[in-house]
Amino acid sequence: MPGLIKAIEPFRFYTRLHLSELTGLRASTLGQLLSVIKEVPGSCIYHHTHRFLQQHQYLSPEPPNDFAYWVSKVLGEDELGERLASIDTIQFSTVRSLRDKIIATIDNYLKNNMSAKLKFAGEGEEFHFIKSVSFVLQTNYIAYDLKGFADIVKNITIDSIYFHIFESRLRLEKKTNDFSNWIETSIGDKELSDKISRLDPYIHTLEDLRKTIIRIVEKRICV
Amino acid sequence: MADIIEEYIPIVGQPIIDDLKLLAEKLKGKVIQHINSTAVGGGVAEILSRMVPLLKELGVDTRWDVIKGGEQFFEVTKKFHNVLHGRPEGITQRDFDIFLETSQRNIEALDIYGDIVFVHDPQPIALIKKRSGNKWIWRCHVDVSNPNQRVWKFLENFITDYDSAVFSAPNFSQRLPIRQFLISPSIDPLSDKNRELPQETIDSVLRKYNIKKDKPVITQISRFDRLKDPIGVIETYKQVKKYFDCQLILAGGSAADDPESTQVLEEARVKSGHDKDIHILLLPQDNIAVNALQRASDVIVQKSLKEGFGLTVAEALWKSKPVVASNVGGIPLQIKHKYSGLLCHSIDGASFAIKQLLANPEYAKKLGQNGREHIRNNFLISRHIKEYMLLFLSLYHREDVVYL
Repeated sequence: MPGLIKAIEPFRFYTRLHLSELTGLRASTLGQLLSVIKEVPGSCIYHHTHRFLQQHQYLSPEPPNDFAYWVSKVLGEDELGERLASIDTIQFSTVRSLRDKIIATIDNYLKNNMSAKLKFAGEGEEFHFIKSVSFVLQTNYIAYDLKGFADIVKNITIDSIYFHIFESRLRLEKKTNDFSNWIETSIGDKELSDKISRLDPYIHTLEDLRKTIIRIVEKRICV
Repeated sequence: MADIIEEYIPIVGQPIIDDLKLLAEKLKGKVIQHINSTAVGGGVAEILSRMVPLLKELGVDTRWDVIKGGEQFFEVTKKFHNVLHGRPEGITQRDFDIFLETSQRNIEALDIYGDIVFVHDPQPIALIKKRSGNKWIWRCHVDVSNPNQRVWKFLENFITDYDSAVFSAPNFSQRLPIRQFLISPSIDPLSDKNRELPQETIDSVLRKYNIKKDKPVITQISRFDRLKDPIGVIETYKQVKKYFDCQLILAGGSAADDPESTQVLEEARVKSGHDKDIHILLLPQDNIAVNALQRASDVIVQKSLKEGFGLTVAEALWKSKPVVASNVGGIPLQIKHKYSGLLCHSIDGASFAIKQLLANPEYAKKLGQNGREHIRNNFLISRHIKEYMLLFLSLYHREDVVYL
């Protein structure tokens, strides 16, 4: 049975817990936002494009990144907000390239919408730059085959799923997510690995992502 | 005492508790010393009274000391508190002298033994002068988004000697040469103030305070403090009352470090006149009563002018109550407008929002339900303990990605 094929290397689950570090940097206009985005550490860009994934695990009205939210809700630039919200984050393999895309999006918009430069946030509504400090810990969960893997994914925290799907791929600059990598290299199931790596995790809530991964893996086990 | 932590599993899930245990192991051997200015009353004492035993149970050696103040000192620190919140108030050199004199006595009297010393709010801030090779954190629970510069600069002289500072909302952060972290406070779902209550308990509290549930109940729970705007709440209620026959509960305790509360309570009583539907209740440390009053309410209000965080909002949302609250301090972190409550900026805005909720109970219910889930995910004590342990660990690691 595919579910019982012994992995060459077991999968050790890690978890990632994070602290938000305040930078004291703020922006009141699009111009200021752009110039600070160019300068802040990658951990800031990462924070403002990924925070929502862990804070809102159910349907919420917030768009998927803080820049988009602020530009729409505070500056009233809905079109730019939509463009920022719809940046296809999964296409970027480094925070650096994601930052470049955000910069280009704002830059282009400002070139064609001169009046947007005049908008400014009122007192108390400025954009505050925060960076994400990650703490990576080994958990006690180890999978030796696909069945064990699925059972653990059912019970592990969403922080652990988050780490292996989002953080390791983008922030730690591995080419794919950890689950796909293990399934391909240690279980030898390229097809299943591809199925998981083709998921766009940014359009799922973390709980939804957990269920989807379990469903795909269990379907494979039952073949 | 054993196994209190296990009681949180049905609420937050086993894996979250497992993570807390993993983190606690990394802090073995470290002594954490919390220091604040009051053992009872106010949000800081309330959080510490729940957090210290839980951290101990997790195996983190955590202790809690309180500085000695006195009437004059607390009058000065209350002034500091007010002007840090942006309220105009005269600060004199004498005030700074009183602050420094009392601080010096505490520096001499208080035993500092922690590997990590965790100082809460401005009152004990000068203890940093006793620093000797250990790690120090200053935790600011105050809204310092627009502080009086004279007092802030005075405090800054101390703050910059700490290793890290902690604020409750992003707009409280200042340009500082030390690391600053964003950690929101939390509520404890198992405390007397937040646990589920049997209907008989709720009814008996209502009977005790002579409140009949014959008309909708609007409630604000908070200390009698001008920054909580009790007068504004009464004016809001009067506007709503023209259209809905309702009643108002203004209830709260007083804190040992807040000398102003008696006066504010009296002002609220005068403002309420002879309206029998306004219930002004002084509840010294009666958490079950607060819990019962919140649960008996139809709408909960937090019309603060400034707010360090506004934990009463989290308490109300945890009870799935529709909340109308000012868009200040940490409140917008808890309420997404029209999703998990309604935000307002004025008395008119607050009364309009309350009327909307009273007229649309299904909408009110949905806001309350969304609010409860938002609190479960972000503002329970389990998240707070996790972040404090990460904060302690951050003192020994400066990287953005830390492998423990």
